[in-house]
Amino acid sequence: MNVPFIILAIITVVGTAAAMGMRNAVHCVLALTVGLAGVAALYLQLGAQFVGFTQIMVYVGAVAILAVFAIMMTHSPEPAKPPTFSSFWTVGSVVAAAVFAVLAWAIHSSSLATHTLPPQPEVTVQQIGDALMHRFVLPLELMGLLLTAALIGAVVIAMNHREETK
Amino acid sequence: MNLKLNQLDQIFVIVNHWLLGYLPPAVRPLCSSILSIALIIVTFALLFAITTVLERKGLGRIQNRFGPNRVGPCGFLQPIADGIKSLTKEDIVPNPADHAVHFLAPVLLVAAAFMAYAVLPIGRNMILVDLNAGVLYFFAIGSLMELAVFMAGWSSRSKYSLLGAMRAIAQMISYEVPLVLASIVVIMQAGSLSTVSIVNMQATYTGIWPHWFVFTPWGFAGFALFMIAATAESNRSPFDLPEGESEIIAGYYTEYSGFKFALFFLGEYIGMFATSAMAITLFLGGWSAPFSFLTWIPSYFWFFAKLLTIILTFIWVRGTLPRLRMDQLMNLAWEFMLPMTLLNLLTAGVWHFMSAGVLRWLICGAMVVVPCILLSRGLKQRKKFQVRKYHFSE
Amino acid sequence: MNSLQNYLLLSSLLFSIGLAGALIRRNAILVLIGIELMLNAANLNLIAFWRFGPNPAALTGIMFAIFSISIAAAEAAVGLGIILAAYRHSKTTDLDRMNSLRG
Repeated sequence: MNVPFIILAIITVVGTAAAMGMRNAVHCVLALTVGLAGVAALYLQLGAQFVGFTQIMVYVGAVAILAVFAIMMTHSPEPAKPPTFSSFWTVGSVVAAAVFAVLAWAIHSSSLATHTLPPQPEVTVQQIGDALMHRFVLPLELMGLLLTAALIGAVVIAMNHREETK
Repeated sequence: MNLKLNQLDQIFVIVNHWLLGYLPPAVRPLCSSILSIALIIVTFALLFAITTVLERKGLGRIQNRFGPNRVGPCGFLQPIADGIKSLTKEDIVPNPADHAVHFLAPVLLVAAAFMAYAVLPIGRNMILVDLNAGVLYFFAIGSLMELAVFMAGWSSRSKYSLLGAMRAIAQMISYEVPLVLASIVVIMQAGSLSTVSIVNMQATYTGIWPHWFVFTPWGFAGFALFMIAATAESNRSPFDLPEGESEIIAGYYTEYSGFKFALFFLGEYIGMFATSAMAITLFLGGWSAPFSFLTWIPSYFWFFAKLLTIILTFIWVRGTLPRLRMDQLMNLAWEFMLPMTLLNLLTAGVWHFMSAGVLRWLICGAMVVVPCILLSRGLKQRKKFQVRKYHFSE
Repeated sequence: MNSLQNYLLLSSLLFSIGLAGALIRRNAILVLIGIELMLNAANLNLIAFWRFGPNPAALTGIMFAIFSISIAAAEAAVGLGIILAAYRHSKTTDLDRMNSLRG
């Protein structure tokens, strides 16, 4: 329970809660960016440098921009503002609160209380590359295949299929 | 004599240690960081000021006119006048604009631009943080700048801003791919993502020639591709369609005035310096001297000499080449530079596994030059003259 | 309350916030963002267990998290493509109004 963890946790939770609660969609995505940057900082605090920087590069640098582009393209020009939350928001919040309650109770009552903090593991990028090339080479290749398929699929789905006029 | 030169080289480190000696040991790491950060900000802001006047005078001479020559000797105090002007201008924010995001956009841009300097080795033992994944950190921070550009364009609620922001982001995202791929060649060869070890690997000499990566076929191609992508990433001419004054007023910073505009300017230039410094680190040997008999000159001098050379080249290219159209820009990124970077990767692999000699140079040189010629010939749009088609309205 | 439990609580809080967002919001893109948030919470869980677990040298947690990040990015791209196509068809991103299969 040290101070950096508390600060980062507050930043992350406030950012993500704002992301889910704000009225303006672009504000939501920007708040999400803050929350995800907080998560990346938590990764750095845990010692996973590579994952932290990859998180910033992929999520903040790509997914957030994709989301704002999508919001801008689906933005109907100056409509009457629809209500922010859907009509059955009570059920949704109750379900989410119940999930959190169950998870928190499970964590609290588990026997994870190891009083000795394990030493900080020294991970170099070389080790990650080594693992990717030897032990995890099959998931790596499958990931390449998946990303190619997703790229082509997203372009085909979102493409403007112009009908041929006479 | 040798000891004196070594001290001159490490003078900043020595002064840092001496100053920290006056502080209790508990706060020493924090104060060391603060000192280094302050020094970096001051140095590169000063470099920004010098670059603005150099650019205006350089462009002026290329265009057969004088640049600014009123303020100070030969106009070199112009940045001070510019700074006072931008500080005293009225800060106009459009009424429908999103005030919070409008305010935060230049702040994020400048913050991200300055954060990139944390992993750049400015001299021997002079780096802010020696991260194990330094190059990855640099590119991750670079992708924050795109978000700032979008925030600026969207929050202004103006057609020019939005259009400029869309174009700018499309350009920056498209050129980020060749930028990263061009640097992966160096990472492959150096075997590490840490900028310090990449520079240390290039700081050795055979005879008088240094082992800079730019003096290999794949390194030269990589350097050229990296510099083109860096020009596009910083929205500089000939890739400055998002901010071209004759096309779109000022693009995504149309609705900014006064100090916020100056902050955008600052952020862009600082980003340009950071990318040039990364190019120097990856390809041009960082702080190492070009010849082995010149190593007595301090390392930071060589770093800034190389940086100034690249900046002058940027200014030269800006004054010389015409602006690229949006579709020409995107075609260049996806159809020319992406295949070239991938082929460059292949070339670097071949270079690594062949034994040293003339044959290696010939084969790798051919592997780089021939696709370049073929791709550029194949992508040249030939003007075809056709019978004119008439479209009548129904 | 030691460190591992703190991280797990934080990640379950993030997960439930993402779940709440995905269930409550009207805009389809924000539902997708909620899903991304849930994936991030799971990643945080993985990295926390890697750090405090018995065998950090095996790098399993980090690998899992890296693959999860790439899959999440791919899924975000495809999801946003689908939302764009659906918007083009029904002219709205309001999920409460997309409640009939007949276009």
